[in-house]
Amino acid sequence: MATTQENTTTEDGLKIVKDATCTFCGCVCDDIDLKVDGEKIVEAKRACVLGKAWFFNHEVDQRPSCLVDGQPATVDEGVERAARILAEARYPIIYGLSDTTCEAQRVAVGIGDWIGGTVDTTTSVCHGPSGIAFQGVGEVTCSLGEIANRGDMIIFWGSNPAESHPRHFTKYSLMPKGMFVPNGRKDRTCVLVDVRRTKSSKAADIFLQIKPRKDFEALWTLRALAQDVELDADQVESETGVPLATWQDLMQRMKQARFGVMLFGMGLTMTRGKHLNSEALLALVRDMNAHTRFVAKPMRGHGNVTGADNVVSWRTGYPFGVNMSRGYPRFNPGEYTTADTLARGEADAAMIIASDPMANFSQAAREHLASIPYIALDPKETPTTRAAAVAFTTATYGINVPGTVYRMDDVPIPLRPAFDAPHPSDLDVLRGIERRVRQLKSIVRVP
Amino acid sequence: MADSLFKIAGGTVYDPANGIDGQVRDLWIQDGKIVAAPTDPNVRADKTLDAAGMVVMPGGIDMHCHIAGPKVNMARKMRPEEKRVAPKVSRTANTHSGTLGSVPSTFATGYKYAGMGYTTAFDAAIPPLAARHAHEEFDDTPCIDKGFYVLVGNNHYIMRAIQQNEPQRLKAFLGWLLGSAKAYAPKMVNPGGVEVWKQQQAGNVSDLDTCVEHFDVTPRQIIRGIAEAAGELGLPHPVHIHANNLGLPGNWTTTLETMKALEGHGGHLTHIQFHSYGGGPDDQDTFNSKVVPLADYVNSHQNITVDVGQVLFGETTSMTGDSPLGYYLSNVYKTKWFSADTEMESGCGIAPIEYKNKSLIHSLQWAIGLEWYLLVQDPWRVVMSTDHPNGGSFLAYPQIIRLLMDRTWRRDVLKTVNPQVLKRSTLGDLDREYSLNEICIITRAGPARLLGLSHKGHLGPGADADVTIYTPNDNVETMFELPRHVIKAGRIIVEQGEVRDPVDGKTLHVAPDYDSDVEPDIADWFEKYYSIRFRNYPVSDAYLGDHETVACRQGTD
Amino acid sequence: MSETFVLIPGRTSKQGCGISEGKFTDGYVSETTQLQVCPADMQRLGLADGDTVRVTSETGAIDVPVVAAKGDELPPGLLFIAYGDLSSRLMGGDTHGSGMPTSKGLDVTLEKITP
Repeated sequence: MATTQENTTTEDGLKIVKDATCTFCGCVCDDIDLKVDGEKIVEAKRACVLGKAWFFNHEVDQRPSCLVDGQPATVDEGVERAARILAEARYPIIYGLSDTTCEAQRVAVGIGDWIGGTVDTTTSVCHGPSGIAFQGVGEVTCSLGEIANRGDMIIFWGSNPAESHPRHFTKYSLMPKGMFVPNGRKDRTCVLVDVRRTKSSKAADIFLQIKPRKDFEALWTLRALAQDVELDADQVESETGVPLATWQDLMQRMKQARFGVMLFGMGLTMTRGKHLNSEALLALVRDMNAHTRFVAKPMRGHGNVTGADNVVSWRTGYPFGVNMSRGYPRFNPGEYTTADTLARGEADAAMIIASDPMANFSQAAREHLASIPYIALDPKETPTTRAAAVAFTTATYGINVPGTVYRMDDVPIPLRPAFDAPHPSDLDVLRGIERRVRQLKSIVRVP
Repeated sequence: MADSLFKIAGGTVYDPANGIDGQVRDLWIQDGKIVAAPTDPNVRADKTLDAAGMVVMPGGIDMHCHIAGPKVNMARKMRPEEKRVAPKVSRTANTHSGTLGSVPSTFATGYKYAGMGYTTAFDAAIPPLAARHAHEEFDDTPCIDKGFYVLVGNNHYIMRAIQQNEPQRLKAFLGWLLGSAKAYAPKMVNPGGVEVWKQQQAGNVSDLDTCVEHFDVTPRQIIRGIAEAAGELGLPHPVHIHANNLGLPGNWTTTLETMKALEGHGGHLTHIQFHSYGGGPDDQDTFNSKVVPLADYVNSHQNITVDVGQVLFGETTSMTGDSPLGYYLSNVYKTKWFSADTEMESGCGIAPIEYKNKSLIHSLQWAIGLEWYLLVQDPWRVVMSTDHPNGGSFLAYPQIIRLLMDRTWRRDVLKTVNPQVLKRSTLGDLDREYSLNEICIITRAGPARLLGLSHKGHLGPGADADVTIYTPNDNVETMFELPRHVIKAGRIIVEQGEVRDPVDGKTLHVAPDYDSDVEPDIADWFEKYYSIRFRNYPVSDAYLGDHETVACRQGTD
Repeated sequence: MSETFVLIPGRTSKQGCGISEGKFTDGYVSETTQLQVCPADMQRLGLADGDTVRVTSETGAIDVPVVAAKGDELPPGLLFIAYGDLSSRLMGGDTHGSGMPTSKGLDVTLEKITP
């Protein structure tokens, strides 16, 4: 595992950590200079509003490292109880994982294997539909530096980076002066397509407000125009809420771009159509490569959700929603995805790592989760930790814990922690649970 | 304290690097290494494995496959459909579960290589920016030693150094890059062509002298510049080349020009099968084999080595750092398509593909691969590969061995493929059969030598005790697909295909000496153009489990 | 009297900061428990900032104070709420085989329950 402490210096008696990585959102900015006063970060240079909230609010939490049935317990006691819950369950699920290190994710998937459970990540309620779309049509994409160096037509669709990924514009997609776009913003056209005029619209040259739940129709309008298919103007406008001439103008601009980029958010994946919306966008971008260079990229949310996709994929062959109850991995979104498993009342135990389904899931799913024994790992107190049979207060990745995270474009980045926490890391806890689960399941030896 | 002494007794040993061709011998192992037989006759082994009647070889070495990193993992994610129908890899009391299909999961990759008697494998195409990812996957790939080659053929810094005629800067950068990525060798993929792909619709270079705009360099200059720098760094495996125009009819002239462009520098041309086609680029009906003139050139030029990239019939996944190729294939076969451009460095293309024995093109590709094995006279300079999974899975190696050792069977299979193959290649005229000794060369001794791994691919004292023991069988495919025992670093890890002791294996990488004065300039370059910080780019030792830095030669070439 | 609307739950930067500050802090709670309504709809329905409305979906119902959306952020007929416990209560458990519950673009009715 990565331990990169060598770049710390001191200034006025305060520790300076240069090029620390913010893990709050999928931008994973690795250029943050932290000033640390003992167990508190007092300055986070270059961090955005979300990044500052992230760095400044993860002070040492005085809660116990472990609660069993709401009562303080030792970590060892918690590990023992957790391992028993998981090993004795008939249908255990492991869920979350997007806000922890790859090192911890790997162990979690291993536990899922030994207990024959389901491993699912927050991807399934984020860009899981885009993952399904990818399996259907593929994806033409690039790393974020390519957008910075080449992108001259930037289209955001169903994404509001001004509030969800505040530095995306300045660091990657709009403002940077790049190799082939030397004048930065002036060399780029920015388009925003959304159902409401979000704060991001201020950054756009062109804003197209489409009707809610009509992304699929709008994207297929563009697909048709890309291939010179004639369309009924009245129908296009009544379906999408945007005149055909406006779509034609957009397509004209897209074809004239040298390097076009479509960055899409959960406006597509969470709305009627879901994976079909993402698939329409990915197919459109693919089609555009018959005319010019065009790429697509989902705007991934959590700091290491992309790492979770990668780890689950390399260990099991599938990206999320993986069930191992038959002794080998099976993949079926809708069946092994946690929102479904819980809402149908199927799981009889769970381990929730770094996520908060008790706040984010449907009422049916929350009620079922509350009715089964489950383990929660989180640096903060959340509705999920409050109702857990075993709750571990863990050290925060990137602030207290080293390791690896994958940026939204699959680029792996190391963490430079600022100070030690009195709590164990997710990795520590999961290793302990894995060790004990292996004993309980008579697993001989594993590399 | 020294480990216990382990003796493999009385096997029929094939160790071509040491001139041993099927002699009955004992092997002695201690501390994970082969040791000389004790001179004192009273010394007894603490453990003895009776190998009488068995065939004993060094562990197999795959010098060109795709088993880790971003491209491989994308292909895993992209192809759930083939995993559903693939054989299951279930967890056992000592192994993880996994999935197969053309792109196995990490654990399954390790188990299956070892189960087939291979103990070392090199991933051939990692973008340096994703080196950390490859190392993380390696850490979850048990049973084999492994390393990777980093993509350098479209690297902006390198192209700029060539354009500005700064060979010393190029050499220093290459040394820095290999060390930073903890890579084993530099790899060129369609040099220059991937950059053109990034710049324009369906972009590519057409030949070695096409100018790459903005950088004002040609593929020829890139190949020569990198080969020279790699030679001067004294790398154990100087340069690994995926030539321009892969897969296109008529590409054999580009391939020949690439060999010539090396100007005597050592160079390995990989998956040469895909680069040996005659015919017109716009007329697939003229497609034919050009192995004869290319093999002639290889036979008469000691600086050139090749691996084959054999095609096998069936369903697989094409994955490449050659983005324009991915676009081409997905258009030809109308499949789903993944493409990813990595800033400043490289590209990537993935598409499913099915090789059909009724297809003229696919049948010829199959035949052209076999011609390469049979027409290169010196088995030390041709290496077995399928370019896993591009031509087929690594699990097809035993089948290729049978095609090479059993000409009767080869002819039977030839009768089942498109009959035009007989007219458009020489395969029907080739009688050569490989001996066990030659198979041992093209699957372990040869690749070890080409990789500069002096402690692998042989069974002399000091070698890593990676040993495969086979039960002889009239059908060599059966013999090679299910070894009786596989020994890794002195431990029996596999018995009859079952993984008994899944050791970790180690990572092999280089750490060349380079002129560190180049670093401030690289740091400036990062500030200007990369999306991650210079400091966060190099892969620290913490990412390596058990590992070994393979020494560079004193700069020569 | 109730009217039909389309509800868009989503991220806001205040809600994002609230995740780090703590989900039981006032900032997070207030951000995730107010419903944005476009000014024209507010006027038509006689709503003022702070009035409580009942929002009902196929799955559940919540009582929530309203606030006028800034500028022209929302078109008439569309409602916005930051992700949180309340938005989850309106979301169904069915994912239509995708793993993803329909979490944006929900059909809801809105009814004024306090003056």
